[in-house]
Amino acid sequence: MLQLRPWKVALVVFALLFGVVFTLPNLLPRSVTNSLPGWVPAARLNLGLDLQGGSYLLLEVDTVQLKQEKLNNLTEDVRRVLTQQQILFTGLGASPTAVTVRITNPAQLDAAFKELVKLSAPTAGGGRDLLVTQLADQTLSLAPPPQADAAAVNTAVEQSIEIIRKRIDQLGTREPSITRSGATRIVIEAPGESDPEKLKAVIGKTAKLTFQMVDESVTPEEAASGRVPPGSVLLPSDEAYDRNGVVVKRRVDVSGDMLTDARPSFDQNGRPSLNFRFNGLGTRRFAQITQDNLNKRFAIILDDRVLSAPTINTPILAGSGEIVGNFTEESANQLANMLRSGALPAKLNVQEQRTVGAELGADSIRAGETSLAIGAVAIFAFIILSYGLFGVFAAIALVVNGFLIVGLMSLTQATLTLPGIAGLILTLAVAVDANVLTYERMREEARAGRTPLLAADAGFRRAWVTIFDANVTTLIAAVIMFLAGTGTVKGFAWTLGFGVLTSVFTAVVVTQVLLGWWFRTFKPKTLPIL
Amino acid sequence: MLRWPLIRMLPAKTNLHFVGVARLMGFLSVVAVIASLTLCFTQGLTLGIDFKGGTVVDVSTPGKPVDAAAVRAALNAMRLGDVEVQTFGTAGAVEIKFQTPAGADPAQTVTAVTQRLSTVLAPAPVKFSNTSVVGPKVSGELFRSGILALGVAIFLMLLFIWFRYQLQFGLGAVAALFHDVILTFGVFAVFKLEFTLTSIAAILTIIGYSMNDTVVVFDRLRENLRKFRKMPLREVIELSINETLSRTIITGLTALLALFGLALFGGDALRTFAIALIFGISIGTYSSIYVASPIILLWGVKSGDEDESLLVGSAAQAAMAQKAAALKAQRRTDG
Repeated sequence: MLQLRPWKVALVVFALLFGVVFTLPNLLPRSVTNSLPGWVPAARLNLGLDLQGGSYLLLEVDTVQLKQEKLNNLTEDVRRVLTQQQILFTGLGASPTAVTVRITNPAQLDAAFKELVKLSAPTAGGGRDLLVTQLADQTLSLAPPPQADAAAVNTAVEQSIEIIRKRIDQLGTREPSITRSGATRIVIEAPGESDPEKLKAVIGKTAKLTFQMVDESVTPEEAASGRVPPGSVLLPSDEAYDRNGVVVKRRVDVSGDMLTDARPSFDQNGRPSLNFRFNGLGTRRFAQITQDNLNKRFAIILDDRVLSAPTINTPILAGSGEIVGNFTEESANQLANMLRSGALPAKLNVQEQRTVGAELGADSIRAGETSLAIGAVAIFAFIILSYGLFGVFAAIALVVNGFLIVGLMSLTQATLTLPGIAGLILTLAVAVDANVLTYERMREEARAGRTPLLAADAGFRRAWVTIFDANVTTLIAAVIMFLAGTGTVKGFAWTLGFGVLTSVFTAVVVTQVLLGWWFRTFKPKTLPIL
Repeated sequence: MLRWPLIRMLPAKTNLHFVGVARLMGFLSVVAVIASLTLCFTQGLTLGIDFKGGTVVDVSTPGKPVDAAAVRAALNAMRLGDVEVQTFGTAGAVEIKFQTPAGADPAQTVTAVTQRLSTVLAPAPVKFSNTSVVGPKVSGELFRSGILALGVAIFLMLLFIWFRYQLQFGLGAVAALFHDVILTFGVFAVFKLEFTLTSIAAILTIIGYSMNDTVVVFDRLRENLRKFRKMPLREVIELSINETLSRTIITGLTALLALFGLALFGGDALRTFAIALIFGISIGTYSSIYVASPIILLWGVKSGDEDESLLVGSAAQAAMAQKAAALKAQRRTDG
């Protein structure tokens, strides 16, 4: 074991070079690393949000609302189809899981069934995305099967990620990472001095914009007392003029997805407003309804609140217009951003938010560095006092270990968090264990009467089994932390895991080479640790 | 001329009677475990927001201390649940904690709170250096997955030891792990340390460390069982613990030295973590000597790979052996 085999020496030299080269960028000022040629490794440690400051948001797609929305749309489809086919019906409504309708005339039941089946579309699995069933009392029920729900949630999450990305990009925040987490969740991590409130503001609104006709057959006061005509709904309004709300038809004439552009602007009185432009379909539809409904009111609705409900004075054929609502400059700007990025398929609820200021992060780094330095000095002093020259060898191995861990972390860009720094300190302390095991074993072998060289050799050989078994246990703990943990705990698992691997290498191989060199050069008569 | 090594932890050969006092220590351990469990279930752990949900916001007004009374008054007016306002650090910053009222959106609530505090503390510029909001759904999941991680860790350790040694060793090791984990929970309860996600990481580390310690003793035990076939199990265990004692102490002290540095200079965020590890590693070191190995004595063990005969077959025999040992120890002290 202690013969200086060339491959072993080469391995140690290579490891040391590797560690130093990949650690170096962390020690050089940024101006130097930035000016290096591209092939020189320049990656620094990837600091977690708790060290560099930043925001972490865990969002969940509101699946209940998503489903409700879908059923509400389906209800309107059923109303449209049955009215078109002149089939009489009553009791049309959506429960949390299905839409039900009672066909008044039993003779029309079969026709109604056939028409409603047409609303479903075939799915990839060979089934249909809607199940139409006949219940007792001439009632038909339409319900999406569970797998269609799951697919809808999946699509909604994917779309939401796209839309959030667009919205955040327009904020100009530095490289936020937006990732999916599980079936219904999205994680946003924005490093640096980003304002979490701004982030929350742009993702907090679904920004579903619709143009619907105002139902002028009843007043809002009558609607509030319960007399809402079927197919209409009472919505709250942002305008002082409509303080009791506005009754609008449920049918959506034009919606936000038909917009091609939206910009903040000012109206002729200098109030903040919003300019928009429709695509071809939107232009045609908007022209149609403004022609058909002259001198009537239509409502511009955002997320179930009426922004404004102007009266149509002239047909609007050009496909562009201006929304004059109760805006501030900032809210008009924000709304324009959201309309350009598109509406979220469902509401996103913030389940977890963690924000750390950059200053606090810098303080944490300083505290971590201080305790790392103090810990290292204490460990060096203790191990050298305990084992003398061999302690110095162990300390050298420990320094190599430090370079290897930092180099590996920089290379793989694994996240270093505050608990990760604690993990680093602890790893260095426990890394000494392999040396201690070896040296104690050497002591025993020497006491049993072996010559120094044989004792040292046997020490390494016998201690290896124990070192292996003992480190596997720590590795198991690290792997579990990595799999089960989130954020900062994962960072701890990284350092602990890397630390176990590198410390076994340095404490065994590096120490062996150092001892081999020492034996060859000095040919000692006794071990200095006895 | 100095003579290295300067520090000698122990004489070259120790012959301490660990197993002799194992019964007493076992009794103490059982009492401590029961006390910890009782404390955890009656008083409960001080759960951080990671596990019970809620909001923590650190507020500071650079240049002068935060007006804590104004903050408290503002928060009380907002009808939040369980409002706590605490000053911390040297610059007069305050940490506020509250529960989101039922039905309200946690993220919007914290937005409202920060806006309100900015107005109340104006004209001073207000900084929110650290904000954490954990919704009730997530906190429940985090708690369950944390506890699950501990369970899985212990189970995998059992499998590993079983695979590498014998089932009896695994049971001894797992008993020691439960001992360590429960006592660490006890430490959290006694000192009212906040139990967070980082605490779970601390306990997992303690599990790793304690196993590490136990494995070193077991390894020596396995080796000695092969070497001294005729020696009674009790003495083999005694010998193995003594032979590894120097290593146990040196490694333990190195770890503790580093952790004390962390506890003193690592800042508020790492203090609880370091304290938990200091206790845990001490407990882990103790348990690998006084819990893991003596338990093997209770179950008995096979000596060597091919020798199937049990050296000590049953708990009754183990108890008898222990009684004999106690007598012998007593005679020694008498004489």
